[in-house]
Formats: sequence, structure tokens, C-alpha cells
Amino acid sequence: MSITLEGARDLRGFLHGLPGVDRVGAEARAAMLAGRSIKTTAKQWALDLAISVIDLTTLEGQDTPGKVRALCAKARQPDPADPSAPRVAAICVYSDLARVAAQELAGTGIHVASVATSFPSGRASLDVKLADVRYAIAEGADEVDMVIDRGAFLAGNYDLVYSEIVAVKEACAAAGDGGTHLKVILETGELVTYDNVRRASWLAMLAGADFIKTSTGKVSPAATLPVTMVMLEAVRDFREAYGRQVGVKPAGGIRTAKDAIRYLVLVNETAGEDWLDPDWFRIGASSLLNDLLMQRTKMKTGHYEGPDYFTLD
Amino acid sequence: MPKFEYAPAPESRSIVSLRDSYGLFIDGAFTDTADGRIFKTISPATEEVLAEVTEAGPSDVDRAVTAARKAYEQTWSRLPGKERAKYLFRIARLVQERSRELAVLESLNNGKPIKESRDVDIPLVAAHFFYHAGWADKLEFAGYGPSPGPIGVAGQIIPWNFPLLMLAWKIAPALACGNTVVLKPAETTPLTALAFAEICQQADLPPGVVNIVTGAGETGRALAEHPGIDKVAFTGSTEVGKQIARACRRMHRRNTLELGGKAANIVFEDAPMDQAVEGIVNGIFFNQGHVCCAGSRLLVQESVYDEVIASLRRRLATLRLGDPLDKNTDVGAINSAAQLAKIRELSDLGEAEGAERWSPPCELPARGFWFPPTIFTGVAQAHRIAREEIFGPVLSVLTFRTPAEAVEKANNTPYGLSAGVWTEKGSLILWMASRLRAGVVWANTFNRFDPASPFGGYKESGYGREGGRHGLEAYLDV
Repeated sequence: MSITLEGARDLRGFLHGLPGVDRVGAEARAAMLAGRSIKTTAKQWALDLAISVIDLTTLEGQDTPGKVRALCAKARQPDPADPSAPRVAAICVYSDLARVAAQELAGTGIHVASVATSFPSGRASLDVKLADVRYAIAEGADEVDMVIDRGAFLAGNYDLVYSEIVAVKEACAAAGDGGTHLKVILETGELVTYDNVRRASWLAMLAGADFIKTSTGKVSPAATLPVTMVMLEAVRDFREAYGRQVGVKPAGGIRTAKDAIRYLVLVNETAGEDWLDPDWFRIGASSLLNDLLMQRTKMKTGHYEGPDYFTLD
Repeated sequence: MPKFEYAPAPESRSIVSLRDSYGLFIDGAFTDTADGRIFKTISPATEEVLAEVTEAGPSDVDRAVTAARKAYEQTWSRLPGKERAKYLFRIARLVQERSRELAVLESLNNGKPIKESRDVDIPLVAAHFFYHAGWADKLEFAGYGPSPGPIGVAGQIIPWNFPLLMLAWKIAPALACGNTVVLKPAETTPLTALAFAEICQQADLPPGVVNIVTGAGETGRALAEHPGIDKVAFTGSTEVGKQIARACRRMHRRNTLELGGKAANIVFEDAPMDQAVEGIVNGIFFNQGHVCCAGSRLLVQESVYDEVIASLRRRLATLRLGDPLDKNTDVGAINSAAQLAKIRELSDLGEAEGAERWSPPCELPARGFWFPPTIFTGVAQAHRIAREEIFGPVLSVLTFRTPAEAVEKANNTPYGLSAGVWTEKGSLILWMASRLRAGVVWANTFNRFDPASPFGGYKESGYGREGGRHGLEAYLDV
């Protein structure tokens, strides 16, 4: 890949020049990796890593300060019975609750992520979207999860999608302190084809995304293994071409420890072990954490505890 | 040390119960040899002796052929197709029921990763029996006339690379069409064929319909040249295939041969690159490259050569070589010391001829027969590694500039079993497929098999087809 950022200004030409993705082959490869058998010490290590990469999420109309406080308590101490359980990477909430989360998590090192830009549909004027981003940052979010304009992308209006991401990135950079971390949600369930996923990934990275993220969790299908694999190939190739590492975050539909471990294998054998780190890989999930904790306890004690031994938050 | 070290995840061996020694399966029962000898069969991954098996002598072969003849005349050829179908369905279901055991046994005796025997070999074995069970009572619709009859007794000789699958390719169509068989599995991989003999007993298959005589080359020769058989079906090396073809011509005997290959896997600049790299890996490292249709010659369009080689090397570094029974193993053991010696010899020759040799950092187990995944770049058509079948995990990389040149190079081989084309351009796939002289042309995939799809070669890759409607012709008197 010898294309420079300047040369990439002809976005359409660049994005359509990316190698295609063969659906059958991509799904076969993802299925093969899903068949890896992770046992004993490898499983122990993977369970702890999986916990530490979670963006513990609540994105509901019924969210309240009380709910967010409870979730933050869970983030700080996932397993009251076992203080050795690692903490999650971040809490992910709507912007109006970012302040509550920031207060609860102050000094813990756990990040506060806020969705923004008229999440989940992304249907608003750029001014409204930027105001949303600035508000989230002002309320204490140090990570912003924006959505792209899928309508514009599907209409072939790549420049618009690109310029919106650039504008959001600038708003994030203005936050000081090295800027706010920007995750760009592609909403792959609405992009549908793997070719689109690959193009949207590159588009977001060229525009300055720190992370690319599969889904809002509000559209089905949300994260899938093959979609995440295509995105991992994109960040791998992007680093090769430009020397900048971009993170990946599958979100939505990852509920079991088994699923989470499959994603870690996918990361390991697609982008490589450099990405096996909360700085470069996250899983957006709400119910996953308890299954990981349950499996973790099983690995330690040799038997399963009932669900009431794990806190519901 | 890698961050994410996969702990060993071995499939349990306890599901397999091996006898200490095996006789010959003749006329529905295991019998001792009359004039053969006993030899040991091993696990190529550890050189551990697994069991003693029998090398059938000429009179053993004679007994087997006599049993097959009797079964043909007295029972099998007289059964209506729908009754034959029931036996084949039963066998298919028994294979499925015993699939884990058969997969472990195949990996033990052959050295292939359990991932492959479990997910590819054994499911395809069952699929072949199901598919041909469906044909048994519908042969008049196969396009070979109103009531195509069987040929008689088939002598079948199969190789060691897909022991049970090759058995299924041979036995399923033969039985569906009303023939009886004497089958000789390869010298190094007799165990799943002997397990299959037990399955025939479990299925209550009439005695003599399937006979299995283990042994080496001499047993095979005795079978192929036995006056009592009506047809020879052989899969194996071109060298032995030629001997069989000569013998059959002398004896005016029908024969079908599926022999070697040196397939071109052709990658165009507009290929879906990540899947093409997977396809290259699958094309040559699947089953350690012990595949007659392996994509052993990679033809890359020169404009994407650097990119393809870089991606390929990166991908090879993630291949996991080792214990065939470990569920995470991608590359298993070489099947025998003799095959390992041949792979080494040809690889050394490649280097001596001036090609550049590369393997990923890869620790080989101390015992057993192992060879690392290997790529040769800078290979020309004139090099022997571009012409001769290595039958191992060794890829020769060549380049081309235009589609016409790709076709010319792909066809410039004495073989013609398979080819692969990688491009997002549909019209180019069709253009290539109509010009490649190979029995199978895969588009944007490689090494995909299905019982409904005929398989077979051009030129020195053999003649006759196996699978599909076309494959029935080999076992019908048409």
C-alpha cells in the first residue's frame, strides 16, 4: 500500500480500490478461528483479558443516575467475592449520564465513554452532532463513541461521512489533555456487505478514528465474527501503510465467555497480539461480564456457582 | 514467547479401541493370511506402533476375489436398487455415529490434524455414502440408458493421504451400481479401512460384497492383475498408475485412474486478497500438502507480487504445527519416512536450482516425520520443483503478467487435475475456466469437495471421474 493521506483525498477512488472481500471465504476463515479450543491456562488468561477489555454499557431510555452508579460500582469491583478479578476498561453511557459516571469513577483509571452524534441513528445536522460531542466531553467523558451517517455512506457520499468524522475528531482534540479518545461506530448491520465494512473502516481511520466499532447495539445483526475480522484486517493493513495503530471494538450480541474468547482468538490471529490490550481492543457489552466472572470462578474452584452469587447491576 | 499461548487441547484417544493385530476382511469375516506376512503400522507423528496388520499374499487376494465374485453373482447384483440403497444409508449413518472414533483413528494413523479429519474427511465420507445411496434405485435416470447394469467385481487400490475418504469414493459408487469390491488400502494407513470392515459387519452387509486386503505394492499388483476382476480403480502416484494402465491394456480390462497433480493457483491483482491468501494456504498446506489436487504452483500477477508474498509470510507465521490430535493444530505430520525423504530431496533440489527457500520460525517435534511449511520464490517453469509433484507442504511461486500468460503457464504441465482462479471479475473467471485444462477449476476457493461434484484429471492426472452423475459411469456397464 503506497497511497498517502494526500492521495487519499479522492476517497471514492481509494475506497473502491481496496481489495474486495469474498463473503464465503471470509466466513469460512472466521468459523475456523471460532473452532480454536482454548483450555486451562490459556482460558484463564483469556477470561481475565476479556474482562479487562469490556466497555460496560448501558444505553437505554430508562437509564437513571442510580442505574449508572450501580454499574460503576460493578466496574470498580466486578466480583466482591474475589478482589483479584480485573476491572473493566470503561463504562459506556449516554452523554447526559457521563457526569454521574465520571464522579463515580474518578481516580480509578476506568474510562468514561459516552455515545454522541445523535446516537444511534446519526440523523441530525452536523451542528447538533458537534454540540452533542462537546456536551459529552464537558460532562466528563474521556472517550466518545460517535456514529457515522450510514445514509450518506450508502448513497456514496463518502466526503460527507469523512468530513463529519474529521469535525468530531477536532472537537475531541480540542478537549485538551491529549484529547478525547474517538471511537467511530460503523453500524455494520446497516452497511450489510463486507466490502462496505472494509471501506467504512478505512474511511474512518483516514479521518482520524482512534478506534473503529462495529455497532450501536440497536440494530440486528450487531457484532459478528466475520465483520470484526474484516475490521481487524483493516487496522492491521492501515498500520502497515501509515504506521498508526487503530483499535477495534465489537459491540452488541457478545454475551458469553465462549463468544468473548472467540473474539480474542480472532484478534490474536488476524491483527496480531499487539491488539490484545484494552488500549487497542474493547468489547462493548452489558451481560457478558457476569458470564466471564462465572467461568473465572469455575476455573479457580472447579465448580459453577449459581447466578445469585454474581451481582446484578 | 507469545502473549496468548494456547494450552494443549488434545482430542482423547480413549474413544479408539485398537486390536493388537488385524487379519484380512474376506467374505464378511476377519481371517488370517494363508501366504502373506505380518507388518506393523505406526503413528507418523510419534513412530509409535499402533497395531499389527497383515500383508495379503496372492492366495489371500485370490480368496477375496472369489468371495467378491460369489457375492456379486449370488446376492448383490440381484438385489433391487432400493435394497442396496438401504445398506448404503445404514453404512452412512454408522460412519456418522462413529465419526469421532474414525476421526481420531485417521489422525493417529495418517498424521493429519484432528481438525481436518473431524471437519473434512469423516463428514465427506458419510456424505459420499448418503449421496450414492440416493442413486442406487435411480440409475436409469443417470443418462446411461434405460437399465444400466453393474460391471462385476472391482479391484480398488487407494492412497494414504485421505484413507477413509478415498475408500468412500471407491466403495460407495461401486456398491450403489451393484458391483462388489476388493479394496486395498495404502500400506501406511490401513486402520480406518479395517474399522470400516467392522462397520460393514455392523450394517449386516452380505458377506463378500466388500473385502479389504491390506498390504503394500505387491498386494496391489496381485489385485490389479488378478484374472477374476472386471475393473481396476486406482488412486495414487502417476508412476504406479502407468504400470496399472499397461497391465489393464494387456488384459483388456476397464480401469479408472486418479493420479498426481501440479495444480496452478492463480491470483490476479483484483483478487479478494485476504481470502486469496487463505486459499493459497489451504491449497498447499491442507493435509500437509498430501493432496493430489494441491495448489502447489502459485501463479501471482506480477503487479501484486510483493503484497501477496508479504501477506503469505505473515499468515504462515501463524500456522500451528504439531500433535495431530491437538484441536488447534493446523499442520500435522508427514505420513512416512519415505515421503519425508522425497520432500526433502525435492526441496534441496529447489534450492540447488536457485530458487529462494523460506519457512516460518517453526519448532519441529523430535520424534516422528515432520517438515515445516515452505515457500519457494523466484521459481521458473524450468525448475523441477515447478514440474514435479512434491506431495508435501512446499509451495512454488511463479509470476505472470496477463491472463493469457497465466493460462499458458498453468497448462504447461504434464498434469491437469485442478486449478484455482482468484479474481473479483466474474467474466475473467469464466474466460479462465474455459481455457484451463484441469478436471476441477475452483473460483475464489480451493480444495472444496462435494459428492455431487465429479472429480478427475486431464493428461497424466488420470482418466475417469469420481463423484456426481459422471462418477457412476466408472461402475456401470455402458
